[in-house]
Amino acid sequence: MAVGLDFGALADYVPVFVKGVGVTVELTVVGGTLGISLGVTCAWVKTQGPKLLRPVVSLYVELIRNTPFLIQLFFIFFGLPSIGVSMGEMEAAILAMVINLGAYACEIIRAGIEATPRGQFEAGASLAMSRFQTFRHVVLRPALQRIWPALTSQLVIVMFGSAVCSQIAVEDITFAANFIQSRNFRAFEAYIVATLLYLALAILLRQGMRLLGTALFPRRRAAR
Amino acid sequence: MTTFTTWDIVRNLLLATQWTILLSLVAFVGGGVAALLALLARTSQNRAARRLAVFYIELFQGTPLLMQLFLFFFGLSLVGVNVPPWLAAALALILWTGAFLAEIWRGCVEAIPRGQWEASSSLAMSYFEQMRHVVLPQALRIAVPPTVGFSVQVVKATALTSIIGFVELSKASTMITNATFQPFVVYGFAALIYFALCWPLSKSSQLLERKLNVAHRNH
Repeated sequence: MAVGLDFGALADYVPVFVKGVGVTVELTVVGGTLGISLGVTCAWVKTQGPKLLRPVVSLYVELIRNTPFLIQLFFIFFGLPSIGVSMGEMEAAILAMVINLGAYACEIIRAGIEATPRGQFEAGASLAMSRFQTFRHVVLRPALQRIWPALTSQLVIVMFGSAVCSQIAVEDITFAANFIQSRNFRAFEAYIVATLLYLALAILLRQGMRLLGTALFPRRRAAR
Repeated sequence: MTTFTTWDIVRNLLLATQWTILLSLVAFVGGGVAALLALLARTSQNRAARRLAVFYIELFQGTPLLMQLFLFFFGLSLVGVNVPPWLAAALALILWTGAFLAEIWRGCVEAIPRGQWEASSSLAMSYFEQMRHVVLPQALRIAVPPTVGFSVQVVKATALTSIIGFVELSKASTMITNATFQPFVVYGFAALIYFALCWPLSKSSQLLERKLNVAHRNH
């Protein structure tokens, strides 16, 4: 058997990869935005919100953090239709990513909120702000700034996890590689290209989050 | 037509869970050895060894595990070795686990005060003697909670090996679903089994962290 790499064989399939990159970016951006929003909400409930809701959020966080993403995805895509909730593969994939990221982001953001000095809450209260106003205008932004690097890493992990969505026929980068290798049997080449695409996307995502960070948190705060 | 009771489903899922546990153990122990080697290279005086370790760690942390599984599965066949799914799964998981544990442990080694290194080198200890007798015993103590915590990631990561055809809990769930047409029940139980495996590990990691922190404060 002749052994050799032939990346030329992939030339015809460039559009397939381009589409795949688009879908992976869409999953990451939509899933990431909604997931972080869910995480902020859950972190608010766990630190400031109604006491009744706290055990519910804790249960959600523990359930998600201790089960594999693949099973969560299959449960949503294959399991939920049998109780009457069915959705397309893209919706299922995004829902799974949001639920997954929401749980991790909740714990990360909560750590950021809990690191807020007491004085900040007291200062907010002394200005006659409600607890929610204090959270929204005083606490949240510095808390996010504190944990921004951890949140970025988690987002990269979630993007890598999105490779699994190819299993429910979401046409992302992994799906593209699977498709190509089933056509021309150049599996190794296809997966190397896919891996490099993920690597490049991860670098871009980190840069993007850094830029977003500097835009969101313009003032460099002195170290306490 | 055969009918399946819930007990049939659970029993078969539990049978498959053995393979999830075995693969997790293999990945964790093998990954531990790989991490130790990478750690020694990463913290050594030799520049080439350091670079190689950084490259290995960045490569496996910077790409999706699923891609690594595919590359092992198809890549080794390319050089003429016929790789069964379990071998590709074990190899990829060992190297993936090793890359993460190496970075976790490096943090622990670097948390050891410089004075400890200087003191031991003033006693004419070689690098390996310093590591073996002075640094690692202390680093081990702080390394326990994050290492136990990471084992949860390893157990969850084994689910991905179902995609290259290794039959463990996730693959078994898909197969049982195809036979019973009860995805809600099957995946629900699969999730509960994973939870039962992972949650005690998560909790003990948290408890250990708190316990070791208290000890630290009292010293």
